[in-house]
Amino acid sequence: MQEEVLTNGYELVYKKPSTLTSKPFHYCPGCGHSVVHRLLMEVVEEKGIQESTIGVAPVGCSVFAYDYMDIDMQEAAHGRASAVATGVKRIHPDKYVFSYQGDGDLAAIGTAETIHTVNRGENILVVFINNAIYGMTGGQMAPTTLLKQVTSTTPYGRTHEQMGYPLRITELLAQLPGAYYVSRHAVHTVNAVRKLKKAIEKSFDYQKLNRGTCFIEVVSNCPSGWKMTPLESNKWLEENMFPSYPLGDIKVPKDK
Amino acid sequence: MEQTKEKTGTSKSNNQALLMKGNEALAEAAIRAGIDAYFGYPITPQSEILEYFTAEMPKRHGIVLQAESELAAINMIYGAAGAGGRVMTSSSSPGISLMQEGISYIASAQLPCLIVNVNRGGPGLGTIQPSQGDYFQATKGGGHGDYHLIVLAPASVQEMADFVFDAFRLAEKYRCPAMILADGALGQMMEKVVLPEEGSLPKTEKPWATVGKPATRERNIITSLFIDPEKMEGINKQLQGKYKLIEDEVRFEEIALDDAEIALVAFGLSARVCQKAVDISREKGFRVGLLRPITLYPFPKQAISNLADKVNFFLVVEMNAGQMVEDVELAVKGKRPVYFTGRMGGMIPTPEDVAAEIEKLVHSLSLSEVK
Repeated sequence: MQEEVLTNGYELVYKKPSTLTSKPFHYCPGCGHSVVHRLLMEVVEEKGIQESTIGVAPVGCSVFAYDYMDIDMQEAAHGRASAVATGVKRIHPDKYVFSYQGDGDLAAIGTAETIHTVNRGENILVVFINNAIYGMTGGQMAPTTLLKQVTSTTPYGRTHEQMGYPLRITELLAQLPGAYYVSRHAVHTVNAVRKLKKAIEKSFDYQKLNRGTCFIEVVSNCPSGWKMTPLESNKWLEENMFPSYPLGDIKVPKDK
Repeated sequence: MEQTKEKTGTSKSNNQALLMKGNEALAEAAIRAGIDAYFGYPITPQSEILEYFTAEMPKRHGIVLQAESELAAINMIYGAAGAGGRVMTSSSSPGISLMQEGISYIASAQLPCLIVNVNRGGPGLGTIQPSQGDYFQATKGGGHGDYHLIVLAPASVQEMADFVFDAFRLAEKYRCPAMILADGALGQMMEKVVLPEEGSLPKTEKPWATVGKPATRERNIITSLFIDPEKMEGINKQLQGKYKLIEDEVRFEEIALDDAEIALVAFGLSARVCQKAVDISREKGFRVGLLRPITLYPFPKQAISNLADKVNFFLVVEMNAGQMVEDVELAVKGKRPVYFTGRMGGMIPTPEDVAAEIEKLVHSLSLSEVK
């Protein structure tokens, strides 16, 4: 039975996990980053693994992830988070290690590091936030930008003749034998948030098995970069992003 | 001869002298220095280092990983050094260029590690032959921002092995990445070497490392991002303060300088060439000596400045277009003429070349005095 806690006479039913710092998130209203940060830290708190978890932050909007997550963390250069995480994990094979990366970081400048980290089957969790845009630098085209999508560097919409196709790197990575668990999620509804949390929980459990890389893509939004309200962005996400990036498990462990 | 004997803390094993390649002696010394991990990528003329580790580390409980690129390797070093490991990488010139991004981050995040550059001729893809063309890159920072590496320049296979210990000791003392700047000849040539004793380099405490946050302390963060410019200036001041302290670690060797009228200044393989040139020139009656910087950063400014009060002129000999000569000029401060001779693009000057240059300079200088 949970003990009843009263705050100003009200019953406290929801609070910040102890593994998040008290610093307010700097993310834009409606952005998915803060939800994913919170879920990661909820899982770390619930599993009681704060002492044995090391995170690697990317370059991008979540560059300051270490300001919010109350765990030991390293900040990586743009695209190199999975290489940095490899270095950390090889030194501490008994610890939980995750990298947190955006689409430009993971699927453009860091493509080689991403593919080879998964191909080696590094026993880490890679959390991949895909919002089809470079948020921090002001909404430029990302490798995952949809065809016809307007960004600050595709002002007439992305064309495949000029800039190729949206890169479905998650499907590509799932083909590698080093990938143990590959799953695509979202955080735009309560139901989606619950599913993502389960996937994160599983990924932490799988790390102990030493059987390969866990890779979770979160198809997220960028209300500021997409120039939409948070609600509009969630609708656009469902109508445009999900057909290209369908949610669900892409690779699940065959062995038990 | 060596000016700072107390700074070389390497205790030798009772093993007999071995005949080893420079690259292999360096790798074996690193294992004996207790490295936890090596991350690297093949490139001539240093691939033997990676090959040695891949053969030896599994037997000796160390980590070795052939990365997908030098870029990945240096970022693995960043991660592993940040996590508290004693770690190193190695490469040759084009590969070291690729690593510069990561080296700048490592310097800013103040992570101790060892980076070995077995210098080959450039620019560009260049040649696989020995060169000292990366002096500027090694000693002036190399990547973006204001930073330095501690740079040691071996001149023998023995020093290829010994300097691994010195590099880790200095890197860990100052939380500063260290570089061994060798060249293709030192990496490839075989010489007699007495290897340092295994386990003779104590592990250092790293309370700042990311090892998992216990409830008893604040979280450890390894980063080079300080978006507030006042904070970033503070970090820069901290780095510069550290470099000031590191100046005490300067090391150099003086050969036949007691009565010298002419001072050669050369490092690494060029110093080996110059040692022979000193003998040739002295046989011809010229009073020539040699100052060999062992640490290229910190640079032996004071020793060269002192020498400027004693000798008639300096001749700097390098396997490049003239890079260290600029630091010699800065130290001499116009008190005496500073000349340069060198070969580029993978060519090595001979002792006879250097001796001839000395003779030429002496004659031209005495002629101008007559005029």
